[in-house]
Amino acid sequence: MKILSKYLTTVGVASILGLSTAATAATDLTMYYPVAVGGSLTKIVDGMVDKFEAQNPDINVNAIYAGNYNDARVKALAALQSGSPAQLSVMFSIDLHELRNLEAIVAFDDVVSTNEEREWLNSFYPALMENGKADGKTWGVPFQRSTIVMYYNKDMFRAAGLDPEMPPTSWEEFISMGKKLTTKDDSGTVQQWGAMIPSTGYPYWMFGALTKQNSEVLMNQEGTETYFDKPGVVEALEYWQDLGNKHAMMPKGMIEWGTLRQNFLDQKTAIMWHSTGNLTTVKNKANFDFGVAKLPGNKELGSPTGGGNFYIFKDSTDEEKKAALKFVKFMTSAEQAAHWSKSTGYMGVGPNAYETETLKAYLKTFPPAAVARDQLTHATAELSTHEAGRVRKFLDDAIQAALTGQSSAEEALTDAQKQAERILRRYK
Amino acid sequence: MHNRFNLKAWLLLLPALSFLIAFTHWPTLKSIWRSFTWAKSDVAPSQFVGLENYQMLLEDPVFLKVIENNFWYAIGTVPTSIALAIIMALWVNSKIGGTSLLRLAFFTPTILPMITVANIWLFFYSPHIGLFNQLLALVGIEGPNWLGDPDLALSSLMVMTIWKEAGFFMIFYLAALQTLSPELFAAARLEGAGAWRIFRKITFPLLMPTTLFVLINAILNAFKLVDHLFILTKGGPNNESNLLLYYIYETAFSFLDSYYAATLTVVMLATLAVIALVQMLLLDRKIHYR
Repeated sequence: MKILSKYLTTVGVASILGLSTAATAATDLTMYYPVAVGGSLTKIVDGMVDKFEAQNPDINVNAIYAGNYNDARVKALAALQSGSPAQLSVMFSIDLHELRNLEAIVAFDDVVSTNEEREWLNSFYPALMENGKADGKTWGVPFQRSTIVMYYNKDMFRAAGLDPEMPPTSWEEFISMGKKLTTKDDSGTVQQWGAMIPSTGYPYWMFGALTKQNSEVLMNQEGTETYFDKPGVVEALEYWQDLGNKHAMMPKGMIEWGTLRQNFLDQKTAIMWHSTGNLTTVKNKANFDFGVAKLPGNKELGSPTGGGNFYIFKDSTDEEKKAALKFVKFMTSAEQAAHWSKSTGYMGVGPNAYETETLKAYLKTFPPAAVARDQLTHATAELSTHEAGRVRKFLDDAIQAALTGQSSAEEALTDAQKQAERILRRYK
Repeated sequence: MHNRFNLKAWLLLLPALSFLIAFTHWPTLKSIWRSFTWAKSDVAPSQFVGLENYQMLLEDPVFLKVIENNFWYAIGTVPTSIALAIIMALWVNSKIGGTSLLRLAFFTPTILPMITVANIWLFFYSPHIGLFNQLLALVGIEGPNWLGDPDLALSSLMVMTIWKEAGFFMIFYLAALQTLSPELFAAARLEGAGAWRIFRKITFPLLMPTTLFVLINAILNAFKLVDHLFILTKGGPNNESNLLLYYIYETAFSFLDSYYAATLTVVMLATLAVIALVQMLLLDRKIHYR
């Protein structure tokens, strides 16, 4: 008995020592990420994380789904202030200035050390890097990036006598085709709308497309100035108003972001402007023939980029930063980016993703997946300033006031510009 | 002997007291202090700025709109849900069969979490694919955009809140009704009093303690419950359905301005404290406790 207990004690101590040495070798990473479009994206993320962990047994990644972009930022920042911070996270690309003001993140330039890593940092689409760069350094690396694309119902186009392979490419065509696609029943109630552009959720994002199409930008690169009341910008908002009020091809007033995709799938609208991140879900659920096209343009074509970037937090050890970098490199590598793009509809973050067999074959069988990437040549950065949340809300409120007829486009935007200037004055 | 008794009492109170202080008194004091300071960001050191934040309140059109909205929201939901709760409780208080099913039906909204209720009602209220407008379309009426029309958004929220809250208050009234002595009602009927007279002179006055409790709860909820805003309108369109607590959340976590958020919090605390005081003083006189 005594010998047995001594034996067991020795074995026990030895195994504990053995386990602890194994445990200290592994790096634990916690990461928050958002999902802003529908579909089971969390499963896809979990799959990619498992693959990474299999290839890197010394790194554990705890990927926590954190809601939408706002929620993810709130959770990550709260974790930072508590005792158990995250080491990296996926957050809104436009949170950049605020995260820097809070001194929460580090520049990727300061974490990469080898030439291969530097090459990787330069391998992304430049348009997607715009929102992630400040002071000449890169603070956010693209992961789930999108542009707005125009989904359209080809069956409805045929029924209206329009060529389903020729969706509208200009503002005028958008109106004329939209009118033809709007059908009413005998009592005058609209059965099917020509188009829907969402005005809740992220109205400033949709507006960023209309203003780019009118050759305007909404802010400067440093995030210290906004240009909401420029004549071209006012014109863009008036065009949006006219779609519903004058041309009656869109419902008047507010169009809800959260139910827009369902409206399209239920064939209540022939066209919807939405994130390319919805593409795979629409593809799986649509029981009609549909297409995807670049947004129509006026003075030029355009769409803002959207979506989330990877950020590495400052409050972590060098070892954790290295492990986080490895993970980010994996998730944005050509094969993983291709897999992510195919499974969700978000675009491949770099040209090398589109060189993989996965995406080459996919694009051949499903050309709509290339639209978001092709639109990058006409892309502009998403609205991003200091106190981004507040400034965004001024613009959102102005857009909603104009669309519901509470004020004219010019009044609403002038007001928003005044308020934005008041807030941004302190950052110049 | 006196000292020992005190120590024991305090020790017994300590667990509850520590929670109360940690989650109520300390944060309240901290918020009040914070509302008198400001800094550029959460990491910069804060400076004392006196009443500057409060001045910003008065210049903030969103704040004024939000206070107005909360006022109407309280007026709209509180009396209606209490009245509905009393009616439902009276209806369900009888001993005939089928009332347990009815009670279940009335109470189900309460069991559901607010977020679930909000998601369900998002589809009820959807303009083209939602339940209400599809039913209206059957009779040829084109339903409005319940959540997107600035004139309807707040009222739509109120209807949903009443639906959710009435069942909860009904339970309290039901319990109170069952403690009322049936002899009172027998006596009243003997003297020829009609149903409405019985309600006005006997039932309602005897329910006053419950009414006070329910009233406080309902008013608190009108300020506290904003979960549905996240799902349904996010305060839009253009702040037409924005409520104070949602604005506080936006300011603190979306705008990352914890100082202004503290100022708004102080306003909310003061409002609720005043309301509670008024209710206690005013209604206490009218209540008959046994």
